[in-house]
Amino acid sequence: MRAVVTVIGKDTVGILHKVSGICAEYNVNVIEVTQSVLQDMFAMIMLVDITDIKGDFSELVGRMTALGTELGLSIHTMHEDIFNSMHSI
Amino acid sequence: MLNVYNILETIRMIQDECLDIRTITMGISLLDCIDTDIDKACEKVYNKIVSKAGNLVKTGQQIETEYGIPIVNKRISVTPIAILAAACPDSDTVKFAKTLQRAADTCGVNFIGGYSALVHKGFSAGDMALIKSIPEALDVTQNICSSVNIGSTKSGINMDAVKLMGQIVKEAAIKTADRDCIGPAKLVVFCNAVEDNPFMAGAFHGVGEPDCEIHVGVSGPGVVRAALTKYPDASINEIADIIKKTAFKITRMGQLVGARASELLGVPFGIVDLSLAPTPAIGDSVAHILEEMGLEMCGTHGTTACLAMLNDAVKKGGVMASSTVGGLSGAFIPVSEDAGMIDAAVAGVLSLEKLEAMTAVCSVGLDMIVVPGEITPETISAIIADEAAIGMVNSKTTAVRLIPAIGKKEGDTLEFGGLLGSGPVMPIRDKSPAKFINRGGRIPAPMQSLKN
Repeated sequence: MRAVVTVIGKDTVGILHKVSGICAEYNVNVIEVTQSVLQDMFAMIMLVDITDIKGDFSELVGRMTALGTELGLSIHTMHEDIFNSMHSI
Repeated sequence: MLNVYNILETIRMIQDECLDIRTITMGISLLDCIDTDIDKACEKVYNKIVSKAGNLVKTGQQIETEYGIPIVNKRISVTPIAILAAACPDSDTVKFAKTLQRAADTCGVNFIGGYSALVHKGFSAGDMALIKSIPEALDVTQNICSSVNIGSTKSGINMDAVKLMGQIVKEAAIKTADRDCIGPAKLVVFCNAVEDNPFMAGAFHGVGEPDCEIHVGVSGPGVVRAALTKYPDASINEIADIIKKTAFKITRMGQLVGARASELLGVPFGIVDLSLAPTPAIGDSVAHILEEMGLEMCGTHGTTACLAMLNDAVKKGGVMASSTVGGLSGAFIPVSEDAGMIDAAVAGVLSLEKLEAMTAVCSVGLDMIVVPGEITPETISAIIADEAAIGMVNSKTTAVRLIPAIGKKEGDTLEFGGLLGSGPVMPIRDKSPAKFINRGGRIPAPMQSLKN
């Protein structure tokens, strides 16, 4: 099972570090990261493996959302199925 | 394979374009709760609903978190209560409504639908008792929805029921006049009612359905409008294609959520309702889609044609996205729940007559329309009869949800708040249809051939 973490907002020091730190805490493996910085807007999409997640997925979602609020970024953590079902037949 | 564009598109749809799952609705059969003692029946009803739907809200919230998509309502539909009332027709039928309210409170759901009767050909035991109790039931409960089916293509229109429903709608408004006449906002009069509808106020769990199942109703007018905005010069068939593609994506969400809810709750998956359901929120309006197609304002000439195309494209796109489609499926046009419709009605561009024409080509019917408080029950009945005739002849579901604004007249507004929105009082004709309505009897079922 995989999930997608998207981070959009103003670039600051240590975003990737903090997001992946939370992943590590929950035993969630980062599979792939795509990121771009346009002017000072930061956009990152991270594909993570949640098969062996420690604790509840909803807890991880809560932590990520809280981190987003703290850093003034928009962070979404969603199960990959939503993207797969919407965009492929 | 996932790509960045697709991921960002999904997030934008949810974040900026009001994409949501409008409802997951659990249909529960109450046929095994029938008892000649109404108190025993009520106890069985309460226990059955709570045992089946106790985890519905929690499960809905879990899915919301998992997929990051809002599920606005968690609802329950039940077997038409008139069938249960048939076993105890001399008891106080409102007890069933109070029981449903108690179950709604325990489960934490937004609505329970099914305080209903099916009388398209005539009244059986329990039907009359239930219908007469509707105004009181809607007055003493908050989250219970009621519906009555008064006609069908196969059986014609029961004009005795039409006459009665005019009185019931008016009475429901009078009883709740102190709460902006909220009573009739929870009451739908149908022709060709469907048995697996997840949307309120007309949801009930038909007798041909399984013991328990999960339906999903999707939303997304904002997404369709945003998609059209990108193609200001597209031809109409290009627009139809864009709508189809968008409807496909929206419906896939419904299919995903329904399948997941069914798995988590251990209940069979019923249907996805391929719907475009507006809310009063900015950017969530069906009227604005029609305006995006090129109408200066919804309700002007051309509205029916635009809506017909929109409705058809939504179905064509949605039907491939889901394994089981049903319910009402199509675009909804509830006036008070749609910011664009409200504006058009206030401006006098959208009239009752135009809405009636629109209902011939879209999902349901005259929905959430506020009429002057002095409207006679006969006029309400006549509006119901007109609308039912459209449904009967065209073999489609039509419905009427009129709200007589007691003490108010044209130019005033009723404020319901929340998803129900606010509605301007719309003008009606002042000539009486009373003689026609008071004749009673039945409009015979229409020809199914010689279609002209």
